[in-house]
Amino acid sequence: MSSLSPVNPDPTLPPVAEKEAFVPRDRPFSLPNLMRTIAGGYIPLILATLVVFLPLLWMILSSFKQPGEIITMDLKILPESLNFQNYNIAMTTVPFAQFFINSTIVTVVGATVKVLLAILTAYALVFVRFPFKNIIFMLILVALMVPPQVSILPNYILIAGMGGKNTLWGIILPGLGTAFGTFLLRQHFMTLPASILESAEIDGAGHWRRLWQIVVPVSVPSIATVALVTVVSEWNEYIWPLIITDRPETMTLPVGLTLLQNSESNASGWGILMAGAVLVIVPILVVFAALQRYIVAGLTQGSVTG
Amino acid sequence: MTRQLASTPSTSPPVPPGPSGTPGELRRRRWSGRSRRDFFVFLALALPNLLLIAVFTYRPLISNIYYSTLDWTLGSASATVVGIENYVTFFTSDDASKVLGTTAVFTLVTVGGSMILGLLIALALNSRVRGTTFARSAVFAPYVLSGVGVGLVWLFIFDPGYGVLAWILRGIGQQSPQWINDPQLSLVMVILVYVWKNLGYCAVVYLAGLQSLPQDVMEAAALDGANGFKRFLSMSIPLLSPTTFFLLITTLLSSLQAFDLIRIMTPLGAGTSTLIYEAYLQAFGAFNRAGYSAAISVVLFAILLVITVLQLRFVERKVHYS
Repeated sequence: MSSLSPVNPDPTLPPVAEKEAFVPRDRPFSLPNLMRTIAGGYIPLILATLVVFLPLLWMILSSFKQPGEIITMDLKILPESLNFQNYNIAMTTVPFAQFFINSTIVTVVGATVKVLLAILTAYALVFVRFPFKNIIFMLILVALMVPPQVSILPNYILIAGMGGKNTLWGIILPGLGTAFGTFLLRQHFMTLPASILESAEIDGAGHWRRLWQIVVPVSVPSIATVALVTVVSEWNEYIWPLIITDRPETMTLPVGLTLLQNSESNASGWGILMAGAVLVIVPILVVFAALQRYIVAGLTQGSVTG
Repeated sequence: MTRQLASTPSTSPPVPPGPSGTPGELRRRRWSGRSRRDFFVFLALALPNLLLIAVFTYRPLISNIYYSTLDWTLGSASATVVGIENYVTFFTSDDASKVLGTTAVFTLVTVGGSMILGLLIALALNSRVRGTTFARSAVFAPYVLSGVGVGLVWLFIFDPGYGVLAWILRGIGQQSPQWINDPQLSLVMVILVYVWKNLGYCAVVYLAGLQSLPQDVMEAAALDGANGFKRFLSMSIPLLSPTTFFLLITTLLSSLQAFDLIRIMTPLGAGTSTLIYEAYLQAFGAFNRAGYSAAISVVLFAILLVITVLQLRFVERKVHYS
């Protein structure tokens, strides 16, 4: 973790050179040293953070502005008052409360089933004897590489044919199979010590009990990571709900936001659209702020060979 | 995940050392009566997930190939088999060069942009100053946000009349360009926002790579008098090559699948129709050309397949420094 120190004490160096080399070290607050820390460390960090936060801050500020404050040539940074009118308009133009309920149902049901299926499949792949397990695992790995976007037309035809258009189950069903969660949990289960499972087996515990009383309790952090990543991606899922719904009653938040965009197409609607964007973005931002360690770990998994 | 493909350990469950007898003998005795029961336990646990993957991930690949041979309007009850005509139409029309060109520009610029900027941010995050943990999370945040919400926010910023960007440009005496109406500029706009949204991912992955560099080697180089920039060029970059390769593949695959931002920022797709967006527009836009759309999906899948295969072959030959 510790980054390397540019100046290392080297006993072979002559004392004079050593003294020179250590001037910045001896006085950490010397001007050149301070400048270097600011230029090399803080400025890029502050810039990067600002580039991320300013657009989001602008979204929040604009969501409180009246059309008159937006349609103007001289930019007003702060809204005149904290007035929730844009939110009211957004929520009456399109049924945002309904979108919110739909998104919550889709996310909770979808993520719960997916995590459950991932746990069961990963357990079976690691701890249950079965022929062709390697082939099955390879097929799961290949499925990880198949983008859901190339499947939308055939899945649309199938689900619409089953009467799943404009239904919540039609939104949830095609995404339930999980290659990502299965892969991640399998990798984790492989690292569990076999001895604890062996002793449970000798005590007569069957697979079901071994799964829920041993494997799951010791794997809570990994399962939490998979669950969080799944929740985030279910909440943001766009292309499939967009295609399979065209009535507001079953739309999720991102699709509903598109509907709002279509009905507020002139410049005076920006405040209302920003209010809508806040309603979609802020819930995930809050979840991310609270649990970012797990989410970052889950989404960047596999990058460093462990 | 791609890297682990090559280095995945075998799937067989770990066999603990038995108390007596040779391990093989013991294993056989222990498993003999159970094999059949385990067979059904496995199916009960894994089959639902495997079936879902088969129906909603694998079946569409085959269906797409079949649909791509049809002249078929989505929603119509009848379709005529036309063989490879959809492919011929695609590759001989202007569509092909336009769509493939847009896809190439979008993919190369977003991949290159987010990797280079991501590495620079990772270097800053790797410095020993306060607040790097916060900055790391902040930079990563856009990656988890809804592309639809983010797209709208940036559309407002780019608004030629009342956006912040137009205001800044007016401040320096410039007129805001027509970001949305000009096909080329709208591609630039979508690329910028895509890089903004995704570079945090590259930064965090590169940061993990930087932090796992062998410290003794780096310190030895420092002792030998290599300055920071020289160490970065001749040590960090080569040592990071596995991370770079991993990022190249993952960002390439996700750039080729970019949809949300394109849909929300340029719904008509003028200038921003990548393969995936063209496939969507053809089937679910004004024309409902299902067969043609399926043909484009097959082309896209073929490209993704080539990348995956190349990657697997490359992984085997990849040079490891550590």
